[in-house]
Amino acid sequence: MIEKRKPSSRKKPLARPSNGIPAPARGPVSLLIGTRKGAFILRGDPARRRWKLSDPVFFGHIIHHMVLDPRDRRTMLIAALTGHLGPTVFRSTDSGKRWNEAKQPPAFPKAVEGEKGRVVNHTFWLTPGHPSEPGVWYAGSSPQGLFRSEDGGVTWEGISGFNDHPMYPAWTGNGQDGTPDGPKLHSIQIDPRDRNHLYLGMSSGGIFESTDRGADWRPLNQGCRADFYPDPYPEYGHDPHAMKLHPLMPDRLYQQNHCGIYRMDRAEGRWVRIGEAMPKKIGDIGFPVVLHPRDPETVWVFPMDGGTVWPRTSPDGKPAAYVTRNGGKRWTRLDQGFPKEQAWFTVKRQAMTSDTHDPVGIYIGTTHGEVWGSRDEGAKWASLASHLPHIYSVEVASL
Amino acid sequence: MTMKVFIPSPLQSYTRQKSEVAAEGTTLEGLLADLDRRYPGFRFRIVNEQGALREHIKLFINEAQTHDLTHPLQRSDEIHILCALSGGSDAS
Repeated sequence: MIEKRKPSSRKKPLARPSNGIPAPARGPVSLLIGTRKGAFILRGDPARRRWKLSDPVFFGHIIHHMVLDPRDRRTMLIAALTGHLGPTVFRSTDSGKRWNEAKQPPAFPKAVEGEKGRVVNHTFWLTPGHPSEPGVWYAGSSPQGLFRSEDGGVTWEGISGFNDHPMYPAWTGNGQDGTPDGPKLHSIQIDPRDRNHLYLGMSSGGIFESTDRGADWRPLNQGCRADFYPDPYPEYGHDPHAMKLHPLMPDRLYQQNHCGIYRMDRAEGRWVRIGEAMPKKIGDIGFPVVLHPRDPETVWVFPMDGGTVWPRTSPDGKPAAYVTRNGGKRWTRLDQGFPKEQAWFTVKRQAMTSDTHDPVGIYIGTTHGEVWGSRDEGAKWASLASHLPHIYSVEVASL
Repeated sequence: MTMKVFIPSPLQSYTRQKSEVAAEGTTLEGLLADLDRRYPGFRFRIVNEQGALREHIKLFINEAQTHDLTHPLQRSDEIHILCALSGGSDAS
C-alpha cells in the first residue's frame, strides 16, 4: 500500500552554514553512559586528558539512553527498565545528584475492549525539544512509538499523529520487522529553524518527517536502499540505524543505514550513498553517525562487519573510525591507538558521539564495556574507561 | 480492608526498602491501585498499560498463583508479589 500525500512546503535551503557558528567549548567534558547494568558518568577535565568514572546510577537497571538538557544544563533524563520490571523514565533537575521517577512514563493508550493494545517494552531514545520550547522532550520506544513530554519528562503522552497514523502498521511492518532487541523508534531530530519540523527513524520503517509538530508524517526514503526486500527501493520499510541533521545546515541530513551510509540535501530530495566511497573491504555498514559541530562536511562513522550472517563486529577484528571531510566524497581510516587485531567489539547506534571543543573530541562505548576517546577528531584514540557493562549509549554533557 | 503484601527486592526502592507492607483493596486491582497511591509508580512497573501483569511478575494470594486482577480479596489474605526466576538471556 503506497501512501499519497501532498508534499510539504520546503524551507529555503541553506547553501552554507547559517550565521552564528558556535564558539568551541572550553570547559570540562562529561560522558553520560547507558549500559545494560546501569548508568555511569565519566568526568573529564577541560583538557580531556584525565577522566574519572562515577559509581553506577540505577545499578542493575537496563539503561538505553541518558541525556542532559542542553537548554538548562541541569535536567537529565534516563530511559530505564529492569529484567523484571517494566519501562520507566527517571529524571533529575540537579545534573544527576538526585533522581525522581516520571509520574506518567511513555505508554500506549489502553485498547478498547476486544482489541489488542500495544505495550511499550522499553523507551529507547530521548531528545530534548526545540530551544523555544523549554520543558519539551521527545521519546522513542520499542516497539515503535513516539511520545512527548511538555513538563521536563514528568508526564508523557503519545503523539497520536504518528502512533495512530493509518499507515503506522504498514510503515512499521506491524511489529514483525525489527532489530534482534525489538523494533525501535530513534533518531528524533528537530529542525533548529522550526520547532514544528520533526524527523524520526525507525528500525524498521525508515526515515519520516512531520512539518506540523507530529500531527502528520510522511516517509523520506527516496534513494535509500533496502536490500532485504524484493524491491530494493521501497517507499518505506528501510532500516536506518542512525540519522542526524546538521544544526548549522538543517537541510543536510546524514544517515548510517543497514544498507550503507547516506547524505541528503533536502533541495535534492534523495539520499545519496556516500558510503560507496568507503574501502570495499571495510564496507559502509555500521550503527552510529557523528557530525562535526561546526562543519557540515565532516562526518565520522564506525564500520562493522555486515557480511554473511552479520557478525556486527569491527571488520576483521580491527576497529577503526572513518571520517570524511568533504561530505562523503573521500573517507580516511582512523585507527591509531585502537587494538591492531583480535578486537571484536560493536559500537551501537547511540554509543558514539562528539564534544564541541576545538579540536573536536570523539567518543565511543563498546559492547564489551570500554569507552574510547580521541581529543583530536579521531587521529589518536585512548581507552578512557574499561570493564563496564555492555554499553548502549554515550552522550556528551557539560556538567 | 488492610492486608499484608510481600514485596520482592526489585520493587523495594518504591517501599522504602520494606519487604512487607500493608495495603487495602477488595480485589487485586484495588490493592495494586492502593499500592500505587502509597508508592507512586509502583503499579506500572508490574502491570502494563493494557492492564496485564508483566511477563516476569507473578502474583500469589496466599499460596495460589493468579493472573486475574479482578480476583476478590479477604482480610486474612496475604499477597505475594514475586519476580519469576529468569536471567542468562541476552537481555539480562
